[in-house]
Amino acid sequence: MSKFSASFKPLNGVVALVVGTVLFGFGLSSQALAQDHNRVVAVGGSVTEIVYALGEEDRLVARDSTSTYPDEATALPDVGYIRALSPEGVLSVKPDLVLLLDGSGPAETVDVLKASEVEIVNIPDEASAEGIVAKVKAIGDALGVAEKADALADKVEEDIAVAQSGISEKVKGQKVVFVLSYRDGRIMASGADTQASAMIELAGATNAMNDFSGYKQLSDESILTAQPDVILMMDNGHGTAVSADQLFAHPALSVTPAAKNKRLITMPGLYLLGFGPRTADAIRDLADQFAEAG
Amino acid sequence: MADPAVPAGPRFLSWLDYIRISIHSDREGRARFWLVVLLVILIATAIGSLAIGPISIPVFDLLPLVIKRLFSGESGVPENVSLRDWIVLTDIRLPRMIMGVFVGAALAVCGAVMQGLFRNPLADPGLVGVSSGAGLGAASFIVLGNGILQPVAMLLGIYAVPVAAFVGALATTSLLYRIGTRSGITSVATLLLAGIAIAALSGAATGLLVFVADDSQLRDLNFWQLGALTGATWEKVVSIAPIIVGSLFCMGLLARGLNALTLGEAAASHIGIRVQRLKNISIFLVAGATGAAVAVSGGIGFVGIVVPHLLRLTIGPDHRYLLPGCALLGATLLLVTDTLSRTIVAPAELPIGILTALLGAPFFLWILLRRRSLVGL
Repeated sequence: MSKFSASFKPLNGVVALVVGTVLFGFGLSSQALAQDHNRVVAVGGSVTEIVYALGEEDRLVARDSTSTYPDEATALPDVGYIRALSPEGVLSVKPDLVLLLDGSGPAETVDVLKASEVEIVNIPDEASAEGIVAKVKAIGDALGVAEKADALADKVEEDIAVAQSGISEKVKGQKVVFVLSYRDGRIMASGADTQASAMIELAGATNAMNDFSGYKQLSDESILTAQPDVILMMDNGHGTAVSADQLFAHPALSVTPAAKNKRLITMPGLYLLGFGPRTADAIRDLADQFAEAG
Repeated sequence: MADPAVPAGPRFLSWLDYIRISIHSDREGRARFWLVVLLVILIATAIGSLAIGPISIPVFDLLPLVIKRLFSGESGVPENVSLRDWIVLTDIRLPRMIMGVFVGAALAVCGAVMQGLFRNPLADPGLVGVSSGAGLGAASFIVLGNGILQPVAMLLGIYAVPVAAFVGALATTSLLYRIGTRSGITSVATLLLAGIAIAALSGAATGLLVFVADDSQLRDLNFWQLGALTGATWEKVVSIAPIIVGSLFCMGLLARGLNALTLGEAAASHIGIRVQRLKNISIFLVAGATGAAVAVSGGIGFVGIVVPHLLRLTIGPDHRYLLPGCALLGATLLLVTDTLSRTIVAPAELPIGILTALLGAPFFLWILLRRRSLVGL
């Protein structure tokens, strides 16, 4: 027994010393980095966009799978879908700051991240011009670049105001349905309290599906009652999942003004619904397309 | 004939001899041998799953500290250990590993018991709709737990979702048994078809819940349906541990009864088995364990069919060895697939249900082709 412990104690001591030194060294270095957060994970497409717009992209070490703009961002490691983050995956990129857009999850992952030494900052996500300002400022504060963020926020606010002031009178009163997905004749559309609805209103038109909130499947009758003038859809950069001809062949849609005038507008999802630095452009773009032959 | 190389006189058996003897002697010896092998593999896999992941941690330095903590009852991070490494081990990998063991063991043993009960190698909680019943139960609590089911949710606390899943699983299992069995004979074709219908029905009801769910409930629901061990927490481990350990232990006691049942119900009752009671208890236990497993991990399929089948090929159909073997191999299989799911697309994660289905579905087809006669097709 004594021989056993005598022969092993020094070894234990050495191992403990080495491990201790390494861990202590790691602790010191991570503390030094914590001052200015140089290893940032951005979760949420608009969060990543804002970090780039602030010129702080060199500090990013990873992003989530919804962060697809700008193109350079896609070269960063992907920690998974915003709502299905894995705690170890996020920790594995050795972040010292994680920016979580509202709705990131699951809750278990967020709890574990909060328990670790990593700083977690929740970024509010409200679908309005003020929402973008709040978002930009929250990110700026977290990154310690409040002044740059204030400048960006002012610019975003101004751009949106300018874009809105340039909206043609023809847009007013146009009824728009945002179609999230169309499969086998079933249409999922956005009701009130959605980003799509907010964008339609910001661009001067009216969301034709205001009598429910969230995204729901539409009945044929509700399409007929709504009589939309325009259909709005997302595209993924390579076109939409469904062509205008297919969509307007839908029995209920085919008798709406939108089908008669073949008015389908498509835009990339993050551009249209992200509520980030490009939203002013998206509003102008959207309003111009609403106005065309309106 | 004496071997000249071996000196005469008494000789101790080496461990290799024990293995040779176990392999070449009777079936029971071989089964026991395999159980030991499976246990060793499970322990190795468990340690491996703690050691492997997107973050490399000094797991062999940390594990003794964890064990020490367990006995001393201290909390907090030990000295000289990085908080991140400690959290990765104790808050992420350890609960996840234990949950994986519970879920894998439960799914595999439930598969074996159902196959014994229905006397058919194709019965599996996932395949015949029991899991979707459990899923419906769990989903109703995720969505309605703050609404009309609130009193019940308050009463059951952290056990609410496992218990709801249990009720759903119990309802579908007994319904299935009633439909599939006529005058004591279970028709497999009826069973599988009824399973499809029941799965569709629970799917529709779950769809209804999805429709009324608000945005955040929808996220929980969606995530949960993918089938994953990602959300493993100690709270979840504690909430399913009594149910799974208890029902697995009781299922072990049913082994002799299930063995007798392979002779047919009449023969089983002739040798003193109370068949109806055996069936009722089995259904109850399968529902409990499946419910608890589904409640925390969502839809992880095919474990209950692959594992028992592989083991029947190796150690034979005796439930006294088959059931513990299933617990060990089921746990191992789930830990291996979970470790894969955590690492192959790191830092993101692949839902484990996708991996088990990728492995399991072709295997299921293979069984179908090999054993057409058993399915009556």
